[in-house]
Amino acid sequence: MESMSVMASDMGYDPRAGKTRDEIEGTTQEDRARDLGMMSEQLKNRSMEVFFEVGEEENLIYPYADKVDFNKRTELDCEGKPTTQVNKDIRALMEEGYGTIVLKNPRGMHSVGVGILNKLNLIIEGSIGYFGVGLIDGPNVRIKGRVGWSCAENMMSGTVLIEKNAGSTFGAAMRGGDLVCRGSVGSRTGIDQKGGTIIVGGDTGAFSGFMMQRGRMIVCGNAGKNLGDSMYDGTIYVGGEVQDYGVDAVQAEMTDLDKAWLTRKLTQYDLLPEKGVDHFTKIVAGKMLWNYDNLEPNEKKLIL
Amino acid sequence: MAGTQYRGSEILDVDQFLKDKDGLASEREKEIGQHIGYRYDVNLVPDYTRMTPFLTKYVEEMGWDDLNWLEDVHMGYEEGKPAVFDRNINGWVRVPDSIALPDNQQDRDMIARELLIKFQMSDRHPLVQLREAYRKY
Repeated sequence: MESMSVMASDMGYDPRAGKTRDEIEGTTQEDRARDLGMMSEQLKNRSMEVFFEVGEEENLIYPYADKVDFNKRTELDCEGKPTTQVNKDIRALMEEGYGTIVLKNPRGMHSVGVGILNKLNLIIEGSIGYFGVGLIDGPNVRIKGRVGWSCAENMMSGTVLIEKNAGSTFGAAMRGGDLVCRGSVGSRTGIDQKGGTIIVGGDTGAFSGFMMQRGRMIVCGNAGKNLGDSMYDGTIYVGGEVQDYGVDAVQAEMTDLDKAWLTRKLTQYDLLPEKGVDHFTKIVAGKMLWNYDNLEPNEKKLIL
Repeated sequence: MAGTQYRGSEILDVDQFLKDKDGLASEREKEIGQHIGYRYDVNLVPDYTRMTPFLTKYVEEMGWDDLNWLEDVHMGYEEGKPAVFDRNINGWVRVPDSIALPDNQQDRDMIARELLIKFQMSDRHPLVQLREAYRKY
């Protein structure tokens, strides 16, 4: 099999010089960081080369991830447990190989299901509070109730499906994956979104897509005031009415590729309108705010 | 008009950044000597008819119906060489010269996605060692 070279810049160490697990566990965290060349003074003007062979192995999950089986199912009752304990229990079950975990009686618990960095089917039977399933990387989460503010904040990958409504800052700073709410959501949906897809079956509130940088947002219903305000990049598709557009959000032409992708995505979550996707409006950044600095006084006047 | 001339990220040709590694297209870019924006179209949605068998297998393993987070992964260009950005190490992973580049961005994106997954799932990935050093649990 052909050997492949990969270079990633400015990392400052060679991982092949790593220690064995026993050696690592026998040192302090500071020593480990120093051994790996992670001290800041060593990071300047250095680069790293990692060589790996494409065919050497075919892992489909992170090497350090637990080997879980979707067919191995269990239930976890949240009744009377603090959030930290519930989150620890989820991890312990994943270590045992459970790939499908059903959370019972969440009762609006905050910060539940956060930081899951593995494939997993997590089914939450009820509603959850603030910051639910944030910082996740891989799991498929289904929430049968409502969610509070900042659901799936900083989500990296995976799917999150909410059956009812969601609060404000839905998918804030999201980086990847699919975040779906069958109902309506509050204001500032996808604020600072950096990737991934947010799908809203109903309406979305004011300032949705505020400072959006990348990714896609689909709103099947109506959008509130200042849609896409100060967006730098990314795409918003709206099926209903837009109350008004924010600074630098402009309409763009829907392509056949857009329509095919929209149809596919909405069909996946059973949200495709009967009349299809032809009526959707596509909104992108006008890019007037790019490179906004003191060298551009005329632009400042134009925007402010 | 102020603003519009600064875009600089309009992709006119699939080989644009291979032929011209500096890619200084606008007056603003020439003034500051730096390319503004991405070297690929971040808003390009994937053409699912071009999925590779490896990517299909990965998606099945994760229990997804589509490319999920990989929809945001595109082949970019660093110093005139094809590369894919790895968000987990905040660096570019270069595509070896031995891999022939297709003549369209959609197929190039699929190659980039496959390469990135193979790299991230390898035990040679820097995140493996970072985790050893810094993990909390």
